[in-house]
Amino acid sequence: MSLDDLAGREVEVAIIGSGPAGLTAAIYAARANLHPVVLEGEPSSTSDQPGGQLMLTTDVENYPGFPEGVMGPELMQRFRDQAARFGAQIHTVKASRVDFSEQPYGIWIGDPGADEPALRARTVIVSTGAQSIMLGLDREVELVGHGLSTCATCDGFFFRDQHIAVVGGGDSAMEEATFLTRFASRVTIIHRRDALRASKIMQRRAFDNERIDFMWNSVVEEYLGESTLAGLRIRDTKTGETSTLDVTGCFIAIGHRPNTDLFVGQLEMKENGYLVTEANSTRTVVDGVFACGDVQDDYYRQAVTAAGTGCMAAIEAERYLESLH
Amino acid sequence: MAGPTITLSASTFDEEINSASTPVLVDFWAEWCGPCKLIAPILDEIASEQEGRLTVAKLNVDEAPDVARRFGVMSIPTMILFDGGEPATRMVGAKPKEALLGELAEYL
Repeated sequence: MSLDDLAGREVEVAIIGSGPAGLTAAIYAARANLHPVVLEGEPSSTSDQPGGQLMLTTDVENYPGFPEGVMGPELMQRFRDQAARFGAQIHTVKASRVDFSEQPYGIWIGDPGADEPALRARTVIVSTGAQSIMLGLDREVELVGHGLSTCATCDGFFFRDQHIAVVGGGDSAMEEATFLTRFASRVTIIHRRDALRASKIMQRRAFDNERIDFMWNSVVEEYLGESTLAGLRIRDTKTGETSTLDVTGCFIAIGHRPNTDLFVGQLEMKENGYLVTEANSTRTVVDGVFACGDVQDDYYRQAVTAAGTGCMAAIEAERYLESLH
Repeated sequence: MAGPTITLSASTFDEEINSASTPVLVDFWAEWCGPCKLIAPILDEIASEQEGRLTVAKLNVDEAPDVARRFGVMSIPTMILFDGGEPATRMVGAKPKEALLGELAEYL
């Protein structure tokens, strides 16, 4: 069914977002015969895209059922195929506005100023996930793709035998740095503290890798180079001294922010922008609107926990719809 | 691959780009790139819809790293539009179809 056919129609379940949470919700809702419509997002090279953050990863080693590991994009293709197999309608579009003030809830696609929403839904499952934070320095946007990267798996290949930097101290930074040593001759991890917050196994991998070294208590102050990145100006946070690191590539992995701009004024959020759900539930402050996955999780943030809450959201949506009859 | 999208290699690249009767949009991609997979079907659609006005060509950077280096490709997907054999514009990163068409509009 095309999107035009949805116009003016009321669907039982609309799912916004298509990472592990959204697609698990789609599998459960489809199997419950609720004919879910999934707005999977639009292509982008950030993690705010169909498939979510796993589309920018390589080997996923901790998703149960894959003892040899699985590539992130392949895992998400499998989620998507499984949802489609049970009849979920998946559309490659991005929601531009929502109206949760009255049932059935309105969802706009494209022009958010249009009089009528693209579709109306009796329940909405929000699974828009989170995306990488950038440093916010001058010329950041123009340097992406010219030495500055948010996607090690997309761009690592182009830094063969070069010295590059990874900024961050968590699991994603360790994973990217370790992955990048397949190509780079040397990877310097720049971290603003004197200890990592990455898991022990990821820390050990980075410490044991002879191509990886660390700059502790350090922050990037400036991107150097004209049209292509040629180095970084680094400030030592303890001494205040600045230095130059000659790298041709810089990968940013300092954390994530939830994709919740769409829900400002509609759903309750924490100070950090994550959606608030009831304890042990995916219910939001609006009846019939459920939130699952990283958009409401600033603690676990794993593919498997996202999938788990996606299942919860679908079951809660089903019970809510039953309660209306 | 069905449709008019063509595949380039290091040895055919220059000849195809220089002898084309339309501008050529080259998609620098690789098997291991998630965003490349997202835009592949969109580029195939554009190839069909713009047939006769635009040629869409794919170049696997794993197989032709020297060509990627020659054009300064440091991130994929990168799409470079060649007009008369010369790079006319480039787009870095996956984008929705409308955004790609918007950037190509003045060359079609």
